[in-house]
Amino acid sequence: MLFKKLILVGFISLFFSSSLYAADCGPNGQSIRILASDFPAIHAIANSAESNCAGSASEFNRNHTTEARQIMNAAQTPNPAEYTSVIVANSTLVQLMNDGLVRPLDDLVEKYGGHLKSNQLITIDGKIMAIAFMANSQHMYYRTDILEKSGVDGIPATYDEVISAAEKIRAAGIMEHPLVMNLKVGWNVGEVFNTIYLAHGGEFFKPGSAEASINNAKGVAALETMKALVEYAHPDHLTQASDDTQGLWEAGQAAIGFMWGSRGGVILDNEGSSAEVTSNTVLSAAPTVTGGSIPGATLWWDGITIATNVSDSEAEATFAALVSGMTSEMVAANNDDAIWLIDGFKPGPAAAGVSATAQGGAKSYPMFAQMGLLHNALGAELVDFLKGSESAEQALSDVEAVYETAAKDAGYL
Amino acid sequence: MKHSTFLLFSLPSLSVMFLFIAIPIVSVFIQSLHIEHKQVIIVTENCDPFGCETTTAVDTEASAKLKEKAPLGKFNGFKTYSNRMHFAFDEVGEAWKSSDSFTVFTKKLYNYPLYRALSFTLTYTFVVTPFVLFLGFLVAVGVNNLPKMFKGPTIFASLLPMIVTPLVGSLILFWMVDGDGVIGATLQKIFNDNSLSLKASPVLTWIMLMVYGIWHLMPFSFIVFYAGLQTVPQETIEAATIDGASKFQRIRHVVIPHLMPLAIFITLILLMDNFRVFEPIIGFRAEAHATSISWLIWNHLRESAYPLYNAAGATSMVTIFGVAILLLPVLIRTWRDFKEKNKG
Repeated sequence: MLFKKLILVGFISLFFSSSLYAADCGPNGQSIRILASDFPAIHAIANSAESNCAGSASEFNRNHTTEARQIMNAAQTPNPAEYTSVIVANSTLVQLMNDGLVRPLDDLVEKYGGHLKSNQLITIDGKIMAIAFMANSQHMYYRTDILEKSGVDGIPATYDEVISAAEKIRAAGIMEHPLVMNLKVGWNVGEVFNTIYLAHGGEFFKPGSAEASINNAKGVAALETMKALVEYAHPDHLTQASDDTQGLWEAGQAAIGFMWGSRGGVILDNEGSSAEVTSNTVLSAAPTVTGGSIPGATLWWDGITIATNVSDSEAEATFAALVSGMTSEMVAANNDDAIWLIDGFKPGPAAAGVSATAQGGAKSYPMFAQMGLLHNALGAELVDFLKGSESAEQALSDVEAVYETAAKDAGYL
Repeated sequence: MKHSTFLLFSLPSLSVMFLFIAIPIVSVFIQSLHIEHKQVIIVTENCDPFGCETTTAVDTEASAKLKEKAPLGKFNGFKTYSNRMHFAFDEVGEAWKSSDSFTVFTKKLYNYPLYRALSFTLTYTFVVTPFVLFLGFLVAVGVNNLPKMFKGPTIFASLLPMIVTPLVGSLILFWMVDGDGVIGATLQKIFNDNSLSLKASPVLTWIMLMVYGIWHLMPFSFIVFYAGLQTVPQETIEAATIDGASKFQRIRHVVIPHLMPLAIFITLILLMDNFRVFEPIIGFRAEAHATSISWLIWNHLRESAYPLYNAAGATSMVTIFGVAILLLPVLIRTWRDFKEKNKG
C-alpha cells in the first residue's frame, strides 16, 4: 500500500516538475549549492530557482545565513568549493574577488541571460562578475504628522534642515530625541560616516593607491555633521543597529530616521506598529549637504556569483537555475520584498526612498580591495569623537593610523 | 616513587599537554611574527546599476604566486608587538615627550587599543575577584547555617547565575537596563532624568559590567567554599566555643585559616577567568566604553575578508604573559608555604 502511494507521489511530482519545467536549466543532473544571506528577497530568488530547476538537478541545497559573509571565503577556497554560487553584495563581491573565488560570467550570460537588463550586469574591467537583482541604500524616513505639528515646512532635504527640524520637534516638547540612526560601534558607525563623507564629496583613498585620505576638511566637516545629528539621537545610539532603530520607529519614538531601504516594507506593513505610525511614515531621499547635490548614502546591490572552484557544468547549471528565477513573474509575486532591478517591478511606497536616493546621484559603496580595512578602522576609532573625548582631527588621524597598521599587516600598503 | 616510575606514569598526560597546548602556543607565536605578503593591486573600472567608478582590485594570480613561495607570509619580527595595535612604542615615546603631566600622558596612552583594553581588563580583574571571593564566602557561610530542609533549594537557586550562559545572562541584563527596561526605567524615575542611560555613560557601563561579572561568578566561589565548610573539623570549633570564642571569632580564627588553600585556588581561577573577560562586552554592546584583551583578539579576526592573524597571535601571546604575571605572586606564595611546611 505504502509502496503504491510512493509511486503515485513520485508520478505526481514528476508530472508537476515536468509541467513546470519551462525554464532552461542547463546541463542535467548537476549539483547546485547556494550560500546566501537571509532575507525575503533572496528567498524569493532562490525559491523560484529551486522550483524551476531542482527537478533537473541531482541536488539543490541552500544555506541561508546572516553570517554568510563570515564563512564565504573559507567555504569557497577549497577545490571543489563548498557552494557553486554565493549571493553577494558590493562589499562581499570584493571580499570574494580578493581571493579570486568568483568566475567571469560573460559566456554564461550570452547563453542564458537573454532576459537580463544591461544594468543588472556588474562588470569589472569589462568582465561580468555578478548579476544584480535588487538595490538597497540608506535613506530618510520621516513622520509627516510630527513634522507638521512642530511647524516644519516641507521635507528636510539637507542635513542642516534635518538638524533644525529635530530642534523644532524638541522645542515643541514632542520628543527629546527625535532622530534614529544605526550608530552601533563597529561597522554601523563607520557606515554612517561613509554616507555623510560621500555627501560632502569626499574620497577615501589617494587616487590609484591604497593610502587613506580622509583626514581632510571634508572628513572634519562630515564628523561635525555627524556630531550635530547625534545630539538629537537616542542616548543609547552607540549600541543601536537596524533591529533597534526599526523597533524605536515602530514604537513611535522617532520622527526622523536614517535607516536601510530594505526595512521600508517591514516598517510600513501592518505588523509590529500602530496605524498612527505607519500611516504617517514617508520614505524619502537621503539628505545632501547644504549647497551640495550628492545624497548622503551608499548604494548597494545584491546579486549572484558563480564559484571559481567548481566544474564548468555545475557552474552552468547553477547559473541557469538562478537566472531562470529573475523574471517579471517572480517580481510580480514578491513586488514589495525588495527594490528589484528586474523588469516588471512596480515601485510602491516602500521603494520611494531608495529610488529617490539613487536618482539623486548617490554613490555606490566603494569597491576598493582594501575598503573593508578602512571601514573597520572607522568603526573603531570614531567613537571617541562622538563621545566628545577627542577632536575631529585627532579621531581622523587615529583612523588613518589604525588603517595603515592593518593595511601593512594585510599586505595592501 | 622512583623518578622513572613517576615519569612513565605522567607520560600520557604530558604528551597530550605537549600536543594540544605547547605546540599550538608555539604556532600562534610563530604566526605573530609574520604578516601577509604584499598584495598586487591593480586599478580597475567597475560598473554596477548605479554607474561606473575607478577602483582597485587584487591581482589574484600575482598574489597567489607570492603566497606559494612562503605560505607563512612575510617575516616581520617583533614589529607586530611594537606597532600601534599593541605596545605602540614609538607613539607612546612621542606621547611621553610631548605631555607635561602624567594625567595628559595617561589620556594619550588611552588612545591606543592595547592600553585601553588593558585598563579595563585589569580594573575588571582587580574589582571582580575580591568581591566574588568575599561575597561567595558570605553566601557559603549563610547557606551552611540554614536549616537542613532549605539547604538544597537555596544552593540550587544560588547556582543559577552560573548555570545561565554568560551571553544569555548579559543579554537579559542588557534589555533590563535599557531606557525602556525594568531597571533602566526605574532608575530614570528615581533620578527624574529621562536621558539617564546606563549604556551611554562610560563609568556606568564599567560598573554594569563589573556588577554583572560579580553576579555571574559568585556561585563558583560559593560552591567551592561551601564544600570546604563541610570539612571544617568540628572538634576545633567546639573547643573554640568552650574557650568562649564568639561566632565571628570562630570564623576568623578557625574557619578562614582552614579554607585558606581553597581561597588561593579560587583566586587563581578567578584571576585567569576575569583576565579573559569577553562575553559581557559583546552581550552589553559595550565596545564604545570598554574593551578587553580577549575582545581585541576577536576584533582582529572578525573581519573575515581581512583576518589579521599576526595581530591576533600577538594579542594572544600578550594575554598568556598577562595571566602569567598575574598568577606569579600567588604561585610564589604557595611555593613558599609548601617549602616551609616541608621544613617543619
